[in-house]
Amino acid sequence: MHVLVVLFSAALTNNIALTNFLGMCPFIAVSRDVKTAFGMGAAVTVVMTLTAAANWAIQRYLLEPFGVEHLQYIIFIVVIAAIVQVLELAIERFSPDLYASFGVFLALITVNCAILGVSLFMVLRGYGFVETLAYGFGSGVGWTLAIVALAGIRQKVEKADIPKGLEGPGITMIATAIMAMAFIGLTGLL
Amino acid sequence: MPKTGEHWKTFLKGLWEDNPIFRMILGICSTLAVTNQVVNTLAMCGAVVFVITASSLIVSLVRKITGKRVRMAVYTLFIAAFVIMVDIALKAWVPTIAKAMGPYVGLIITNCIIMGRAEAYASNNKPLPSVLDAAGVGLGYAMSLLIIAVFRELLGFGTIAGLRVFGPGFEPWVIMVMAPGAFFMLGSYIWVIRTIQDRQAKRKVEKKRRAATAA
Repeated sequence: MHVLVVLFSAALTNNIALTNFLGMCPFIAVSRDVKTAFGMGAAVTVVMTLTAAANWAIQRYLLEPFGVEHLQYIIFIVVIAAIVQVLELAIERFSPDLYASFGVFLALITVNCAILGVSLFMVLRGYGFVETLAYGFGSGVGWTLAIVALAGIRQKVEKADIPKGLEGPGITMIATAIMAMAFIGLTGLL
Repeated sequence: MPKTGEHWKTFLKGLWEDNPIFRMILGICSTLAVTNQVVNTLAMCGAVVFVITASSLIVSLVRKITGKRVRMAVYTLFIAAFVIMVDIALKAWVPTIAKAMGPYVGLIITNCIIMGRAEAYASNNKPLPSVLDAAGVGLGYAMSLLIIAVFRELLGFGTIAGLRVFGPGFEPWVIMVMAPGAFFMLGSYIWVIRTIQDRQAKRKVEKKRRAATAA
């Protein structure tokens, strides 16, 4: 039961993009159309789940027993970079088609703060392994949901007549604000 | 000092023309997350200015000996090392603020502004201009954050840096300190600044045209 709560709260009520403001740079940059937004979201979800699991194991079996928690940031970021690299090689080798459509997104993911953020939150909240998996996956799904919805909104907004200073990032922020308010409305769900 | 003016320009560019927040739209995560209270924002700004300046200096110093293929990894490690220093310092000196900022201190590593300056400027410029460029961009970031934080805290709590500004009759705008308020505030901030910048640009064009017709 508890795992389900973690999963749904990560995806909906505590959406990582809309309430924790993580992964904002790609959120603004890659949300121009729904298809690319979905590609980015799928890549983020996969990497997020894998890295959260790997970092959980490292935190639990390496950093804590040796008392070197202050090296956490460096180790986490190296693990994330390594996993992304391996994933990129594997996809390129086994499925060139998939690589052609997702490769670009993978390269961008190492510096996506949502990935590191999920690992850090996982440690701060003291999740167990299964909860960590649920949290990583749920966060990825939530992020995808938010960016795809925003891309849909932006495609409509492009046809609207907006004051010049508000065009582009300005109106995107306002649209995200309204979306964030809608997501707060889901709070009573859990 | 023949090139003082040049250096000054490099520094000022980051503050206004190339401000990371409203021109380049980088480093938005921390902008939104820590600006609900001025005190937290100050700590964040100090941390970012330190990390960006220090990492740009080091990146510039080793620019000739880092291989092209590994440079991103090397930069990330430098940045992570400085962030760890900041994290330890914050936890020791201001533990309550460090706690309130939570994971966002660690997330400075993935703040794209820092990597951006290292990659775009420090990796092919001398140390002094690199430091000035980084400091300019860092302070430009700090300026934007503080403006947003002052408004959010003022409207959301009725205080500035914990000091009560409005009388007891003030009804706080709770939404301002919640997530949507952050997006609203940043959106409006970008709107206002970009409108001002557009006007400036127009005035410049006008001036040039007038000078041309006069001549």
